[in-house]
Formats: sequence, structure tokens, C-alpha cells
Amino acid sequence: MTRDIALVAFAQTDHRRTSDELSEVEMLMPVLHDVLGQTGLKTADIGFTCSGSSDYLAGRAFSFTLALDGVGAWPPISESHVEMDGAWALYEAWTKLLTGDADTALVYSYGKSSPGSVRDVLTRQLDPYYVAPLWPDSVALAALQAQALIDAGETDEPALAAVGARSRTDARTNSHAQLRGSVPQGDYVVRPLRTGDCPPIGDGAAAVILAAGERARELCARPAWIRGIDHRIEAHALGVRDLTDSPSARLAAEKAGAFERPVDTAELHAPFSSQEVVLRKALRLGDDVRVNPSGGALAANPIMAAGLIRIGEAATRIHRGESDRALAHATSGPCLQQNLVAVLEGDPR
Amino acid sequence: MPEVLKAPLVVEFPFTRSLGPVQSAFLTGLRERVVLGVRTADGRTLVPPVEYDPVTAEEIRDLVEVAPTGTVTTWAWNHEPRRGQPLGTPFAWVLVQLDGADTALLHALDAPGPEAVHTGMRVRVRWAEERSGAITDIACFEPYDGAAADVSGHSGDFEDAVHGIVAHARLDYVYSPGRAQSAYINALSSRRTFGERCPSCRKVYVPPRGACPTCGVATTEQVEVGPGGTVTTFCIVNIKAKNLDIEVPYVYAHIALDGAGLALHGRIGGIPYDQVRMGLRVEPVWTEGARFPDHYRPTGEPDADYETYKELL
Repeated sequence: MTRDIALVAFAQTDHRRTSDELSEVEMLMPVLHDVLGQTGLKTADIGFTCSGSSDYLAGRAFSFTLALDGVGAWPPISESHVEMDGAWALYEAWTKLLTGDADTALVYSYGKSSPGSVRDVLTRQLDPYYVAPLWPDSVALAALQAQALIDAGETDEPALAAVGARSRTDARTNSHAQLRGSVPQGDYVVRPLRTGDCPPIGDGAAAVILAAGERARELCARPAWIRGIDHRIEAHALGVRDLTDSPSARLAAEKAGAFERPVDTAELHAPFSSQEVVLRKALRLGDDVRVNPSGGALAANPIMAAGLIRIGEAATRIHRGESDRALAHATSGPCLQQNLVAVLEGDPR
Repeated sequence: MPEVLKAPLVVEFPFTRSLGPVQSAFLTGLRERVVLGVRTADGRTLVPPVEYDPVTAEEIRDLVEVAPTGTVTTWAWNHEPRRGQPLGTPFAWVLVQLDGADTALLHALDAPGPEAVHTGMRVRVRWAEERSGAITDIACFEPYDGAAADVSGHSGDFEDAVHGIVAHARLDYVYSPGRAQSAYINALSSRRTFGERCPSCRKVYVPPRGACPTCGVATTEQVEVGPGGTVTTFCIVNIKAKNLDIEVPYVYAHIALDGAGLALHGRIGGIPYDQVRMGLRVEPVWTEGARFPDHYRPTGEPDADYETYKELL
């Protein structure tokens, strides 16, 4: 069965360094109500609900079941959860709509990094035999990748700084972003990466609504049609990968149809400045493509939501008529280990 | 808004992990100061070795010894070592391709400063003094000015091989329960119990979590409930819990506080366990300085009529 499926509504929180006064469900609820309000849908109208989050971030077991309180899951709803960025929850919802089992889907994700030390928390996703016992933090692993790029002549420290500066300049028009405008490049965190090359640590949530066929046109003046979406993963061992390239991102883009026609906009989930260098090459993005007009993950990186936000930002530009064909990317794992690419289009104007 | 509550929360877990045959040989080898790789069908040697070919997923078992010397393929200078990392003094993270290997191993390099480190530099393993069969048996790498060290061609067979590791993990958090639960906990400190009413279905949630799970809307109206309540259902605990100084048997019950839309749970005291019944009227018993009731005891009122609590079981 082939169906056209579109992203018809997107909402996100203002991303902040801390949100002590809010529980996860309290942080999440406003964005759920926002996307439902945009479409006029109620929970009972939603065919499938899927979320992405990780209990490790806030150290709170089964937080995703508490977050479900914000959905209103009674009478019982058709629901699923992935311990992944919300972009992968969107992928699951997309496949569910493709089967014809549902016509609408609510996808949300959230991350509260502020209660813990996210650099250390992320070490727990690594190979538990050979790598995790060394506690290599997320910045250290990204720095190894950045140095490999510098050694290969693909970038240098000033070029990396320019990526961060451009991102935060673009974020000036994004009221949800955590870092906006001029931000000092700062000292080395783990050399060669400086503060400005690293994403801000913060809390945030996002939600989108997907709808199939005519339902999408009823709910949104200019739906962002998902023309293709695919995700690919590489080996977990860093030492077997070429860190200067991203074959998984390239293959996902190819399978999603990204190379069939040029895109005008790309929202890349590159938490570190050096990763944008890798992705631009792998995804064959020329200088004529508007990259991360939202400011990207260097301006706001609520872990588990930042990838879904890329898809939401790309879709929003199509909704507004600012883009006709956009690429959205999400990543997971160290050094761009796993990559998801979606291609979104608006109806011809 | 009242002060936001915060408390330290430590999540600690020692995972006991079993090893596959290749991992077992590699980690046992480190204990014996031997570095082993594994050969793939297309002739590459993977170090550290894995059980399955990362490209073809084919099972691979052909162990081959490689040198404890090698070349840095990329590096990153870590001027502020973090808890659990291999060295307590500033060091370089490195990927090292050992002599004889086709892939690189992640570890630390002990060097005086970033100016002493570069891609392509030669390094060798510095062995830990005490080794147990773990990746940390390599203390770190150190600069080495020389050719590949000789290897004896070890078969990978060891006496007393390690078959498992214990992976300790500890993560420190500062937990904050959010608005609704903070208000609930703050009120408890003055021995009062507040729930929150759903603006849509009017149900009063105790303890409140900030949202009505049925309606999916925020609960904001605070409602004082109790202190009295009704036992809606109960069980008799016959097994003593570890570190719990309560004589068994005792009764653990669902208690619907007066005005609450759902029952919370607590221990029933002040009455023989075999006389506790559904409908029993109870009240909280506080101990000095406690932030929640120690237990609930009978009030002496007549039992509640089943019709009054049948929706609150």
C-alpha cells in the first residue's frame, strides 16, 4: 500500500540549561497541546502515538510511562516508545501510517539532561567490554573525529569556529534556541574542540503530528510530505570506521531519495561543529543549500528531541512556504554512528 | 512558586557480563601481556577483536597475536580527566593501530602535553601492574621510538581464561520532582496532604504528578484531602523485607483519603493484622521529623459503606 504521509504540525519548548521546576510530563504537556491545537485534533482522534526518550538522562526509571500521562491515554490508545531520538519514533509512526492501520499519528520526544552529567551518561551507550570501562565522554569522542578531519585537511579550527558562529547567528530568529547570537568560542573542552564547537546542554521537548493523504490536507494548508525516510547504522567500534566520512548518512540519503533532485534547505543534526563538515560532504550539500536556518544542534540540543526538531524545523519551513524541498537529518550514537534522513516536500505553488 | 526541591540521586550498577570466546581470549591475553586480534575472511586483523565480522556478520574465531606497539591514527587532548578515565593527569585520547592490526583501539596516551602528540606518532602499551582480564589491564599507551615489537605468535589458548567481567557504573544526578510533586512534598512537611484536581474530569489525584493521565491536561487546582481515609483493599505481608524493621505479619493497604479520587498505599498499624478489613476507617500516624506518615491506624469510626469507595479500589 502506498500512501502520501505528511508532517502537519510541529511544536517545541524553549530549550533551557535547566528546568528544575518542571517534571518531564510538565515540560512535555505544552508541546503536546500545541500540536493538537494547531490541527484541532483531540487525543481520541489520534490513530497512533509514538515517543522517544532515555531514562538515563535524568536517572529516572520508566519516565516515559509517566510522560504518557500528558497524552491522556484513556480509553487505551495505540502507543509505542523507542529509547532513541524522537526522529526514530517518527520513523515508526510513518511505517504505521504506511500500513493503513492509522491515518494520524502523534510523535513526541523529550530530554532532561540537567539532572545528570550528560558527558558521562552517554558513555553508558558504548561497548561495555572494551570502551565503556574507560569512560570516554561524548566530547572526547567527537574530538577524535574532529582531529581526524583536521589531519585529513578537510577542516581547521577557524573553519570549525565559523560553523558554530553561523549556527548561533541564525538562531537569533529562533526564539526556542538556547544559544543565540554571539557566543564566545571559548577554551578547549577536549582539544581540538572548544566550547563553541560543542552543543549547549539543556532540557527540552518537541512534538509533531503526521497525517496520511487527504487527512493531511484537511489539517494543514501546506503539508510537508515525507517523500522518503531511511536510517542506517555503522559498526559500534570507532577504530573500524573512517571517522572523516559518514557512509551510513550517505546511504540513508540515497534510500530516502535525497539525491534524486536538489534540496533547497537542510536541517542537520550535527551536535559538534566538526560533524557538520562530515555531513555536508556525505549528503552532497552545496553552498546553495540553506543549512540549519534554525541554528541547529549547536544552538539547542535537547538530547532525544534534537533530531525530531530537525525534521520539525524543515517541515515548518515548508508549511510557511519558505522551502519546497528540504532534507532533515538525525543522528544517534558516538561520532555520527547512526543516521536518519528524511526528504520533505511541499505541494507546488 | 515555592522553592524547588532537589536531592542527590546516585544510580549505581555492577553489571556482570559474560564474554564470548574471542573477547575471553583477548581480555585473558591482556592479563598475560599478550595482545590478540582476530582475522576476518578477507584477511583483515581486527584489534580489539570481536566475535562477528562488523561488515559481513560472519562468525570469526581466527586469533592472531599483534604487537604491543603501534601508531596513533587520531588523538584528542583531555586537559581535565573525568572520573573513571584511565589517567588522573592530563592525557590524550588516542586511536592506536597496533603493529599487525588493520583497525584501531581506543585508549589513553600518557604524554607531557598536546605539543608532544601527533597523528602518526609511535606508541606502546604500558601494562597495568595488577591485571585481571579487562581493557584496563592496559594502563595507557606511552610514546615509543622504535620499530614493531616482536611477537611470539601466541595461539590464544590460556590456562584459567576469564569468562566474564564486572562492569561498574555510577552516575550522579541531582533530582528535582517538578512543580506538582514539589508542592505535595512541601505540604507533607507540615503534615498536610494536597492533591490536584483535573479541570476536565474533576478527579483529585493524590499524590499529584502534574497531569491527569485520563484527560492529558495539567492539574493545577490544589485540594487538601484527608487526614482520614478508608481502607479499600489490602494484603498481609508475611516475608520480612531486607533492612526494614517491621515485624511480620503486617498489613499493607490501599487507602483512599477523604476527598481523593484514587487510593495511595501505606501500612496499617494499631490493630491486629487479621482484623483489618475493607472499609476500615484510618488516620495517619506521624513520627517526629518524618516527611511522610509512618503508618495509618484505625480511627474507631464505623466502617465506610462499600458504595462510597467501590470506584477507588
